[in-house]
Amino acid sequence: MSIILPVEHSTRTSPIPLVEIRRVRKSFGAHQVLRDVSLAVPAGTVTVLLGPSGSGKSTLLRCINHLETIDGGRIIVDGELIGYRQSGHNAHEMTPRQIARQRRGIGMVFQRFNLFPHMTALENIIEAPIGIAGRPRTQAKTRAKQLLDRVGLADFAAHYPAQLSGGQQQRVAIARALAMDPKLMLFDEPTSALDPELVGDVLDVMRELANDGMTMIVVTHEIGFARGVADQVVFMDGGVVVESGRPEDVLDGPQRQRTRNFLESVR
Amino acid sequence: MTALEQTRNELGEDATDDDVVAIPLRRPWRWISAALVLLLASAFLYSVLTNPNIDFAAIGEFLFDQRILEGVALTLLITLISMLVSTVLAIVIAAMRLSSNPVLSTVAWFYVWVFRGTPLLVQIVLWGYLGLLYEKLALGIPFTAVVFWQVDTNQLITAFVAGLLALTLNQAAYSSEIVRAGMLSVDEGQREAAYSLGMSPLYTFRRVLLPQAMRVIIPPMGNETISMLKNTSLLSVIAVLEIYTQATVISSQNLKQVELLIVASLWYLLMTSVLSIPQYYLERRYGRGTSRALPPTPLQRMRRAFANRRPGVAPAPETKAVSVI
Repeated sequence: MSIILPVEHSTRTSPIPLVEIRRVRKSFGAHQVLRDVSLAVPAGTVTVLLGPSGSGKSTLLRCINHLETIDGGRIIVDGELIGYRQSGHNAHEMTPRQIARQRRGIGMVFQRFNLFPHMTALENIIEAPIGIAGRPRTQAKTRAKQLLDRVGLADFAAHYPAQLSGGQQQRVAIARALAMDPKLMLFDEPTSALDPELVGDVLDVMRELANDGMTMIVVTHEIGFARGVADQVVFMDGGVVVESGRPEDVLDGPQRQRTRNFLESVR
Repeated sequence: MTALEQTRNELGEDATDDDVVAIPLRRPWRWISAALVLLLASAFLYSVLTNPNIDFAAIGEFLFDQRILEGVALTLLITLISMLVSTVLAIVIAAMRLSSNPVLSTVAWFYVWVFRGTPLLVQIVLWGYLGLLYEKLALGIPFTAVVFWQVDTNQLITAFVAGLLALTLNQAAYSSEIVRAGMLSVDEGQREAAYSLGMSPLYTFRRVLLPQAMRVIIPPMGNETISMLKNTSLLSVIAVLEIYTQATVISSQNLKQVELLIVASLWYLLMTSVLSIPQYYLERRYGRGTSRALPPTPLQRMRRAFANRRPGVAPAPETKAVSVI
């Protein structure tokens, strides 16, 4: 099972947080999307972000790899401040090149897959390892084939995204993110755009990934996945963390009315 | 009673008599209009061919004249260079226009505004007169006497260079808008996906966004290339010896204006026809991944058509009525 992950990541539930989010604030114009959000994600654990649409969970996820800038607070991944260089009380935004370097260690999977349509599945996977990480072509190809095999798509290397189903595309997208050997994987509603019968395959791949000890932050409405896989469930609403804790506590015995209402509505 | 049976009963037909031959709609107007067009076309052709004022021998004589052939070569050379350079320039201008840097995007906007807003003919003449505006061109530090290199304008900017500059800079303005439209057609998620993999903005532009934009960019660029080929004739105003200028030079000597215009037109038609071939293959190249199967090349299509016509291929088997109900 160590095909996907380098050995150093496979220590589960270690006490050191890999991701530390402290008092993050973010507004789109006058609308405040994140209000002092704080969160810690220990290495090797799975955190599921739940909440109604507009609660800020996707924005928070996108702030973690600096696809969105933040207005205040800080996000630290593996000891590194993301997107900014701090001097005194101010944090100065990094150059695009420096940010790109930080993003290499953080994989992301999108709701709409976002595979590169002009490249085959294999080319999608090897593009960044060869072009960005500078790996030799043969090595990148071998690894890409292992990853495709791992997500159950060994025979689809030469297929273009348009020739794959949604579920297959999403699994290629996961393989593509894994090819950069990230220490953290972000999933932004990875199954929301899928036909119901295709959701299972994608969740299976994510479950295996979690079992391998990958640190994951997942925005999803799949309560079953949260219950079975998550180490921590975080419920957000109106730009704040309403409640967080172990899945059995948050999902089965929510303390707050807002959490209870939400869980009622998705059940 | 099923709906089908009901229909049949209404039609008063025997329900078992399903062996009906379907005949497509007859379209007599197609034949009538074709005959009419043929009549008009042959009348026109006859009037041209029997016209005593057209010297057909002269057309044949000058079609492969040395000067005409040199003109053709120069026309192709100018088209090739201006299209290549202007496309590179257009990509830079489009990237500037789309950039979040307000200085760059304003400069790009201004460039397009100026070069698209004035007639090409005027621009050509202006570049031709550059020597009157600036006697010498120099490379140095502005507002000081420091000069590293300087040259006589008319020596550097020959008619050929002036023509190239005019066509290239004008075309870059048009092409940049085509490139920009292509870039805007690419989904924002593509950029995000590229960024999330650690790609820099430049790398993302080059490897992810531009190849996808090419699909949208190529058809209008094919159009622009054909326009460019024909616009080279405007360079006759600054005496660049491309095909149209050559044709007028010859006709000013032998006074066979119409014949030489026909010679030039035949060459233009040939060149524009040939130019649509690379466009097809480029479209095919950048269309990868957009549809489930690539369209066949003309060669493949020919082979397939030939294979279908080969004798011995069995005709489609006769369909037998199958009882559905």
